[in-house]
Amino acid sequence: MYTQSFSVPDNAGQKTAARTPSTEDPELMARFDARIDADGRIEPQDWMPEAYRRTLVRQISQHAHSEIVGMLPEGNWISRAPSLKRKAILIAKVQDEGGHGLYLYSAAETLGTSRDQMLEGLHSGRAKYSSIFNYPTLNWADVGVIGWLVDGAAIMNQIPLCRCSYGPYARAMVRVCKEESFHQRQGYEALLVMMKGTDAQKAMVQDAVDRWWWKCLAMFGPPDADSPNSAQGMRWGIKRISNDDLRQKFIDATVPQAQVLGVTLPDPDLKWNEERQHHDYGQIDWQEFWDTVEGNGPCNKERLSTRVKAHNDGQWVREAALAYARKQQERAKKEAA
Amino acid sequence: MSNAQPFEGARTEARQGGGSSSTTPALKEWPLWEVFVRSKQGLEHKHCGSLHAADASQALHMARDVYTRRQEGVSIWVVPSAAITASNPDDKGELFDPAADKIYRHPTFYEIPEEVGHM
Repeated sequence: MYTQSFSVPDNAGQKTAARTPSTEDPELMARFDARIDADGRIEPQDWMPEAYRRTLVRQISQHAHSEIVGMLPEGNWISRAPSLKRKAILIAKVQDEGGHGLYLYSAAETLGTSRDQMLEGLHSGRAKYSSIFNYPTLNWADVGVIGWLVDGAAIMNQIPLCRCSYGPYARAMVRVCKEESFHQRQGYEALLVMMKGTDAQKAMVQDAVDRWWWKCLAMFGPPDADSPNSAQGMRWGIKRISNDDLRQKFIDATVPQAQVLGVTLPDPDLKWNEERQHHDYGQIDWQEFWDTVEGNGPCNKERLSTRVKAHNDGQWVREAALAYARKQQERAKKEAA
Repeated sequence: MSNAQPFEGARTEARQGGGSSSTTPALKEWPLWEVFVRSKQGLEHKHCGSLHAADASQALHMARDVYTRRQEGVSIWVVPSAAITASNPDDKGELFDPAADKIYRHPTFYEIPEEVGHM
């Protein structure tokens, strides 16, 4: 799932650092710019400016972390899924997220960072992941809403990334997007089933939509006017569509889906604007968003500690597997000698 | 054609392996493998990604879980990333441009009378 369309500086905060002047070789830089201008692709061994490399490492690793942390809120519901069918679907979805994390870590590794470095960034709290996972999943309808809205928002973000200028990232996104559509559809269908149920079940769906709607809109990142890094991302072909345009696209696509489902989106200002040919919508609470990005959301600590514990608990397995592989190699060598 | 390059996936090791002993892999991280999948009988194996695994059989198992969850393949190869030698992108001109002016290597270079039909 789950990128936020922007890449938050890991030392977060709302202000961005002053741009450092480029010290790159002008000739190499000109060749790089020409390739970007021609909508060409950059591959791992090609020369690239350090700032491009750094931006990609940060964005791709944040994206990977989001996939991995994103397994946690849904994983909590595997043992409580209401039927064997829903449990099998949820396991498959959570397994996909793990796979997506791996595709993305691999893409980041081609830029010269290591898996261990990235995991260290996540586990120490230095690296960011999508803020959406710092909210709790309180009832079964949350699992459906995550599929429908959170994955829906993620798909909006990720489709343009399939055309990203960096080849390995774009290829990873093609694979992710192919698998993602199942995630959104299973969520929406689970909600459709609940909406045919009792009043209590319908109320659960509405409650989950009420809690997640605004947070999904925030997933697209700050308004374009407050998003100073976007222009550089656009220049480099890493970002193709602006935060506000993606958000608008998501809202326009979601409104009719909500009608079919029979839920109300919790925004009194949400209405069709004939002139703009888009929906108008209300104010997003950016303070709440930044509070969560900066570590003060309801589940930040819980998510990170669960993740760190899983990693630490698996340490002996990783070491044992390596020791075993080495022993096998030595045995084979001895037998050959 | 100066220096051959380590494969893209091997970049990390290439960058970090610098001064340390090169015979024993670092104990911390599992080695990197490149994964090739044959999508169906009769087609070639195609590169589809990479992963870390302790040894070849584990790499195969993990490749199956990661890259063929939806019947994307009938056969998998895994290759240690460090074992792949790749051409250097700086040599691209030298390696590939000489083919550009040899248009006589293409069938469309030759004009055949129409009455001959398909050839």
